[in-house]
Amino acid sequence: MNAKPVPRGGPLWPEEVERTESQLATTWATPEGWWGTLTTVDHKIIGRRYIVTAFVFLALGGVLALAMRLQLAQPEGRFMGPDLYNQVFTMHGTNMMFLFAVPVMEGMAIYLVPLMVGTRNIAFARLNAFSYWMYLAGGLLLWIAFALDVGPDVGWFAYVPLAGPQYAAGKRADIWAQMITFTEVSALSVAVELVVTIFKQRAPGMSLQRIPLYVWSMLVTSFLIILAMPAIMFASTTLILDRLVGTHFFNPAEGGDVLLWQHLFWFFGHPEVYIIFLPAVGMVSSIIAAFTRREVLGYLGMVMALIGTGVMAFGLWVHHMFVAGLPMIGESFFTATSMAIAIPAGLQIFSWIGTIWAGKPVFKTPFLFILGFIVIFVIGGLTGVMVASVPFDAQVHDTYFVVAHFHYVLVGGAVFPLLGAVYYWFPKFTGRMMSERVGYWAFGLIFTGFNMTFFPMHILGLMGMPRRVYTYQPEMPWSGLNMFVSISAVILAVGFLVVFIDAVRSMKWGTVASSNPWNASTLEWATTSPPPPYNFSHLPVVQSLGPVGNGDDLQVATGLRTDRRELIASSVVHARPEARESSSGNSIWPLLSAIAASIMLIWSIFSPWAVVWGSIPITVALIGWFWPKGTPEDES
Amino acid sequence: MNRDAHLDLSKLPLHGLGTASLTWWGTLAFMLIEGTGFALAIVVYLYLMGLAPQWPLDAPLPDLWAGSLVTLVLLFSLIPNFFLSRWAKAQDLKKIRIGLMIMAVLGVLPLVLRVFEFPAMHISWDRNAYGSIVWVMLGLHTTHLITDLGETLVLMVLMRTKHADNPRRYGDISDNVMYWNFVVATWIPMYACIYWLPRL
Repeated sequence: MNAKPVPRGGPLWPEEVERTESQLATTWATPEGWWGTLTTVDHKIIGRRYIVTAFVFLALGGVLALAMRLQLAQPEGRFMGPDLYNQVFTMHGTNMMFLFAVPVMEGMAIYLVPLMVGTRNIAFARLNAFSYWMYLAGGLLLWIAFALDVGPDVGWFAYVPLAGPQYAAGKRADIWAQMITFTEVSALSVAVELVVTIFKQRAPGMSLQRIPLYVWSMLVTSFLIILAMPAIMFASTTLILDRLVGTHFFNPAEGGDVLLWQHLFWFFGHPEVYIIFLPAVGMVSSIIAAFTRREVLGYLGMVMALIGTGVMAFGLWVHHMFVAGLPMIGESFFTATSMAIAIPAGLQIFSWIGTIWAGKPVFKTPFLFILGFIVIFVIGGLTGVMVASVPFDAQVHDTYFVVAHFHYVLVGGAVFPLLGAVYYWFPKFTGRMMSERVGYWAFGLIFTGFNMTFFPMHILGLMGMPRRVYTYQPEMPWSGLNMFVSISAVILAVGFLVVFIDAVRSMKWGTVASSNPWNASTLEWATTSPPPPYNFSHLPVVQSLGPVGNGDDLQVATGLRTDRRELIASSVVHARPEARESSSGNSIWPLLSAIAASIMLIWSIFSPWAVVWGSIPITVALIGWFWPKGTPEDES
Repeated sequence: MNRDAHLDLSKLPLHGLGTASLTWWGTLAFMLIEGTGFALAIVVYLYLMGLAPQWPLDAPLPDLWAGSLVTLVLLFSLIPNFFLSRWAKAQDLKKIRIGLMIMAVLGVLPLVLRVFEFPAMHISWDRNAYGSIVWVMLGLHTTHLITDLGETLVLMVLMRTKHADNPRRYGDISDNVMYWNFVVATWIPMYACIYWLPRL
């Protein structure tokens, strides 16, 4: 590494830029047609796929929610029987957590992080393609099983002994457990890609204190995924082993323990909440900065709050088990940590409010969703502090109060920012704007519909209505509120429908967007909308937290090769360029590997020998993947 | 927006080695994932041990010889592995080829011995929770042995092709060396747990 970057000065000639761009376009292109569709490794195409697929799952999960509301609208409802209802609420939770919330946040990051750090593709681009196919296969597994009446019916957390071999005959629980494997393989792959992209591929000069807050939030999220998801993989694998080959991990009669399941599940399950929430926090910071025309107050404090939340996320899991009969001292500790995590959350809320206060807010649709987020999330946070207290939790555990609480936290905390983010980055994704007028309507419908649907559930819960019941008797005082909730759910659904229709319509007929329609300051706005396959014709050189949009010229670096896919590997702290690293080209092997892995995983629900025989095609596919092809990308 | 050329990168190397390499960091991240998996396995072992009235549960103590031999072979393998990393750094293709062959043998040997480790537990996986966790711990580590052996074999063949003499390949060798160190390092606490903890 004797070569050092050489400073050079002066503007680039338009001819020079044009020539570079045309060569880069050839080198980084995704082929037309179905072959290109199957082989592409472009992070923007894959990110878009993740987002669209996740929203399809959101819509499907929404239909399940409406079905439940139809069933519960009146006492003694006859729309569904108990067996189908068990499948439907399990599918709703599982689908929303594993097939919508986590993947959509990853999809956004797959698209945005490489642009925001100023590089040309995500690290390990083929692994990224592989991760999408695995996610898709997992989603198909779950939904096809549901269509065949083999949908899981053991709750999204699949507690044993209910999910164990004794009480859950058939393959329903195995479908749940193996779907976990698919989505976790996918999520872990993306987490590794994001960590390496953020650590090593930042544009020259983007030192730690110049990383956009959204990128910080994704870095912390990725580490949460890396440390939390092995727990659920261990849990789901041992559950399958208990069910398939007769191990006794969760069988108390033979030295196993049912609470062990709960510990393993929630050691993942609680950080999971932050895996969904922290990306949203980053989106909020991005949007607030753009619509108040200033940087978010207290950058260092915001970063510390993100990291602090990430660390504390691992010290909370037992608060999901307060009624499981654990020692008092343990419960007290987890009450304390559950309350303490309100501190970094509060710090961020005050930073945002301060930023809005000090800035000049522009009330466009993305910003409206952020304001909605602040209101709803604060309410969800307050009920969170309430259920952190053991006696209160013991009272409302397994009631609709908890349903109300976590929908306020998850929908308020993640889906509202996400919808804001969709409106905000839609022009970057598609080159067109979504409609402001329709956006106001969508926000109004969703905000009102959401509060009318979920606020009464707090009261229902306090009135004693339990969760996960398929019906209730007319003598119970719950029917009026349930009817009100069900009608409100329709308003909420209409709001989402308006967003979907507007998104599809705008993709074709929306106003054409400039490269920086919101006048924002992060790097994704320094390139065209949508960006070319190579993202930037010249990699930007970063000298501040907001390098774009202050009217100055963009400082860029020259000297990367245009005849092979090349990007910069830079140092972790100061982002000093260290090497011109190559980035993988299009390949069919990730898809073939994902097919081989899917066959093995699904087969292994039925026979342990699948692990032996199924590994052979996986090995072949992986060797095909990694074997050098003599392309320019292999030069060094 | 106009572009102002500020930095010329054309003199930088075409591939980063060590901490400049992306795959080095990727390997590290995967080690963190798998390390968490090993740590969880140990936690579950301790958890079940804490619940049991006696440990091992309804089984004699595991025989020491097979597991200890595996441990010795793995520890010994660190020596050629260390040399392999130096040869990779020096880009000495001839020595690397020999080193990979030695490492392949040292990858097969613990697998052969591992076959005797499972019966040395004197309990089957479906007898009780003790049997389940020791089999899963051995299985988890065996998967890592097999994976790394596979990688070593592929590299052994690859280093005899025209693709061999390439800094990128030497980087692959270094990453493989690092991963093998990880496979050895994770075994030590597993070995202590499975064989010595019940003897305390």
